Amino acid sequence: MTTDVAVRPAPPPGPPGGGARARSRFSVPGGTALGLGSSVLYLSLIVLIPLAVVAWRSLDEGPGYFWRAVTTPDAWAALTLTIGASALVAVFNLVMGTIIAWVLVRDRFPGKAVVDTLIDLPFALPTIVAGLVLLALYGPESPLGINLAYSRAGVVLALLFVTLPFVVRTVQPVLLELDKEMEQAAASLGASPFQTFRRVILPNLVPAMLSGTALAFTRSIAEFGSTVLISGNLPFKTQVAAVNIFSQIEGDNTTGAAAISTVLLVVALVALVSLDFLQRWGSRRG
Amino acid sequence: MAIEVRDVNKSFGTTPVLRDVSIDVESGSLTALLGPSGGGKSTLLRVIAGLEQPDTGTVHISGVDATRLSPQRRNVGFVFQHYAAFKHLTVFRNVAFGLEIRKRPKADIRKRVMELLELVHLEQMADRYPAQLSGGQRQRMALARALAVEPEVLLLDEPFGALDAQVRKELRTWLRRLHDEVHVTTVFVTHDQEEAIEVADTIVVLAGGRVEQVGSPAEVYDNPANPFVMRFLGPVTEIGGNLVRPHDIEISADPQEGGTAATVSRIVRLGFEVRVELRIDGKDAWVQVTRSFADQLGLKPGDTVSVRPNPGARSLALAAV
Repeated sequence: MTTDVAVRPAPPPGPPGGGARARSRFSVPGGTALGLGSSVLYLSLIVLIPLAVVAWRSLDEGPGYFWRAVTTPDAWAALTLTIGASALVAVFNLVMGTIIAWVLVRDRFPGKAVVDTLIDLPFALPTIVAGLVLLALYGPESPLGINLAYSRAGVVLALLFVTLPFVVRTVQPVLLELDKEMEQAAASLGASPFQTFRRVILPNLVPAMLSGTALAFTRSIAEFGSTVLISGNLPFKTQVAAVNIFSQIEGDNTTGAAAISTVLLVVALVALVSLDFLQRWGSRRG
Repeated sequence: MAIEVRDVNKSFGTTPVLRDVSIDVESGSLTALLGPSGGGKSTLLRVIAGLEQPDTGTVHISGVDATRLSPQRRNVGFVFQHYAAFKHLTVFRNVAFGLEIRKRPKADIRKRVMELLELVHLEQMADRYPAQLSGGQRQRMALARALAVEPEVLLLDEPFGALDAQVRKELRTWLRRLHDEVHVTTVFVTHDQEEAIEVADTIVVLAGGRVEQVGSPAEVYDNPANPFVMRFLGPVTEIGGNLVRPHDIEISADPQEGGTAATVSRIVRLGFEVRVELRIDGKDAWVQVTRSFADQLGLKPGDTVSVRPNPGARSLALAAV
């Protein structure tokens, strides 16, 4: 089970509601109804109904059972590991992804086009292959002498690998479009390079940085394939939530599996909504 | 002198864009850098602002050698053609930016910003974002932002280039009035000779990376240093191997002393002005006359006339190359 979220473009910084007027001026009433109708129908079939069924199933045996299923020691350990590791990975991505996007846009170096292509590779690779590669490189027979297999560090590494593209790919286009003259104007007004970065560049990147981070986080909490090999799935130690769900299903406990899925779902939703809120708040404040 | 540029050379790759450029800009003046696209005028302005480094030569601002100073240490106000507004900040915060960087007290900033917004007629727009302003309003905001830090010199790079004709004309007049009020030494870049003549005290004509001529609008119009300047500053026509302004030509139905014989090919009436198009030795030329004078002459196509440069005009003929 994955809670993949469609990549949405970061809202441009600026006044809230500024674009709404422009949109309504060009809208055709009939076309909007058709578009809205088919979007809602599609989203219902593909996203809302399946998710609602998961949430519904989790309560099959009542709220007491739900709570017990989620707080069994192994399920609880898997959930806290998953959420903790995902939060760590999201923060790491926020910083490194922004730096990589910066280097790809602003710096010139030989082989830039190759590096730019490589960024998407973790995304394109089947995640189980990613797991195999990581196990070969950082497993017990590591040619580098680094053994992260069956450890929590291994889980974090696998998550970092698969979530690399998110922040890079959301920040990169915004940085490309950023008006260079804005920075020159700041410099001529007396701002140092650091002040220009902090007061002019960063506020324009934050919305994109936050959406990328939200995507990386939600992707991490749902990750299965890449972690399943390198983590060794040791309950209480390295078993992530998605793997725990899988083992619950194998043990014929679909209600328990649905309960843990629902918790992941709620965490993902809370993360997306709060980052969105943070963005709006940030763009209002400037 | 507010700005002294000496022997500045600048190349982009192997293409020279400024060649031995030297100019002086007087304190409190309003100077236009005028020339065709690619003539080096924007580059010169950016060199003065410190946004480009000259390969050789020096730039002095208010007597201080600024050649190697970074833009933020030059105390120069710069206005860009495409506004370069800080999209994420309100109009107020945009104008306050330079003062916030300088860590002025909040109350002082508020007072100064409101004064400036009044000066550029944007006091009602203080809480808007740049995206909610028209092009003309954004450019006035950019001007207020540049003026906020009380710059030694104000530099404007094609400030009205992105605006439509009507707004352009309004802002032109407004800039002239603003300068008369504020008196900050101002240099602006334009490729529009009408704009330069209307707004500036001094015009520097730049072409091919060289200074072709420096002078008051009247000087460069009436006493152009070479055929290029003459052609660039206004309409010209060729009579007897000389370049002449079409309104500085005497035309008569009878042969006149020093006159050249011409055949009228067409007469175009443009309201008050009448264009008399001529053929002289197989070449086209034209003369601009008033409607009443044209009526008095009673010309029609096919007539033979005599034309000569007006002996009283200062725009006397240059050898046509």
